Amino acid sequence: MGETRVKGQVKVLDGNRAAAWGVFLSRPDVVASFPITPQTPLLEALYRFKGDGLLDAEMAEPEGENSALSILIGASAAGGRTFTATSSQGLSFMYDAYLFTSGNRLPIVMVIAMREQVGPHGVVAGQQDAVLVKDGGWIQIYTESCQEILDSIIMAYRLAEDPEILLPVNVCYEGFYLSYHSQRVEIPEQEDVDRFLSPLQNSRRLKLCLEEPMTFSSYTIPGELYTEYRFKHCAAHQRAKGKLDQIDREFSIMFGRSYGGQIEEYETSDADVVIVTMGCSSGTAKGVIDKKRAEGLKVGLVKIRMFRPCPNERLVKALSGKKAIGVIDRSVCFGWNCGHNFVELKALLSDIQAPAPLMLDFIAGLGGSDITSQHVERVIDATFAAAQGKPYQTVTWLSLE
Amino acid sequence: MQFRSKFEGPWATPEPMLVIKTGAWRFQRPVTKVGKCRQCGWCYIFCPTGCIEEKGTYFSANLDFCKGCGICAKICPGNAIKIIREEE
Repeated sequence: MGETRVKGQVKVLDGNRAAAWGVFLSRPDVVASFPITPQTPLLEALYRFKGDGLLDAEMAEPEGENSALSILIGASAAGGRTFTATSSQGLSFMYDAYLFTSGNRLPIVMVIAMREQVGPHGVVAGQQDAVLVKDGGWIQIYTESCQEILDSIIMAYRLAEDPEILLPVNVCYEGFYLSYHSQRVEIPEQEDVDRFLSPLQNSRRLKLCLEEPMTFSSYTIPGELYTEYRFKHCAAHQRAKGKLDQIDREFSIMFGRSYGGQIEEYETSDADVVIVTMGCSSGTAKGVIDKKRAEGLKVGLVKIRMFRPCPNERLVKALSGKKAIGVIDRSVCFGWNCGHNFVELKALLSDIQAPAPLMLDFIAGLGGSDITSQHVERVIDATFAAAQGKPYQTVTWLSLE
Repeated sequence: MQFRSKFEGPWATPEPMLVIKTGAWRFQRPVTKVGKCRQCGWCYIFCPTGCIEEKGTYFSANLDFCKGCGICAKICPGNAIKIIREEE
């Protein structure tokens, strides 16, 4: 790595305000959102930009989240760049509009400041709300730091509105941890962001206009036509994987920061054991990896950034030849008695060349509880013990043991 | 792979929207009293299926697609459209 290049301002921002900066710099046409903890300060920051005369966007204050996303469906169909943000119950309340957005290929960008799904009741951090909608046809990117939130939102617009993709994108970060946690954030220059997003200016997408009347969501009878749109939707998801890697590389050239695209690999190349994380616990885990490396343990980390579409090719490559994999899940997959990432990775096992690694799952950080460095150490120790042939437990609920 | 639509998503120009013969759903139909139609075009604008056609001196519904909802008769300022039962 070369010396750190700092262009533009450096600020101390929490995740919500970093997100607001990312949105502001991307110049949206329409913002429609309904406040919900822990996303509310993001809206406050956007309204501050608007109030100061900096943000040139239509701001809609609907009576609920379902209307918020529905307003954006219209605005996006008319060709606008759009933004909304929500959490937990708000996401549940926009569920039908959520599916309608992706099925009609509308490139809306939405932040999910992740919060546990009620019930049991808890206005606390978790990932359950966002992972629950993983099959809704959107692209989902999970972030680790406030800087990554800002940068990912700019990249999300490049990805969503790319004429080869045309899919809505969620940028997800854990509420309470990242949403309220202040960090050093570099603010890119507006002209650089404009230049980064400029390839979208010439890209044509279908939109509602008087000159060339079109309609959506058109009725698709016979079923072959419906099947065709599903096929194209799936194909666009597959294209999005390499596209995010490419966008990340371009971003790195222009702004000097890279996140690895679909996944980030940390000390994996010679590792015997790999820990898999998603979201803000990745930072804690990297610190523990450094400590364990200093003690001589060959351990690495894979951070899943793109949860949807599944970065299967890159995961298979990163996890091949490893003895054991320890997955830290901040969600549960009902019916499988484990976390969502564990289910996903189990599905990849048959693609990994034999001998397949052992896989252990660790449920941690539910209900707003911390994922501490002690937790990560226990994960690494248990996964190493399994790799050495000692008896192991497949799923461990860390805070209950 | 053979595709039927040239579009990525379920978008369409208005004309091919009229593909399903929704006229079969109907139990009543609009009948235009040709001499009373002043061609204001309100029925054309309000018809939810977009099946109203201009016939030179008057507007009338294409019965292949008209579902018989009756909005055109309700909206017509000249009372030029009558709704009658299918069996009539």
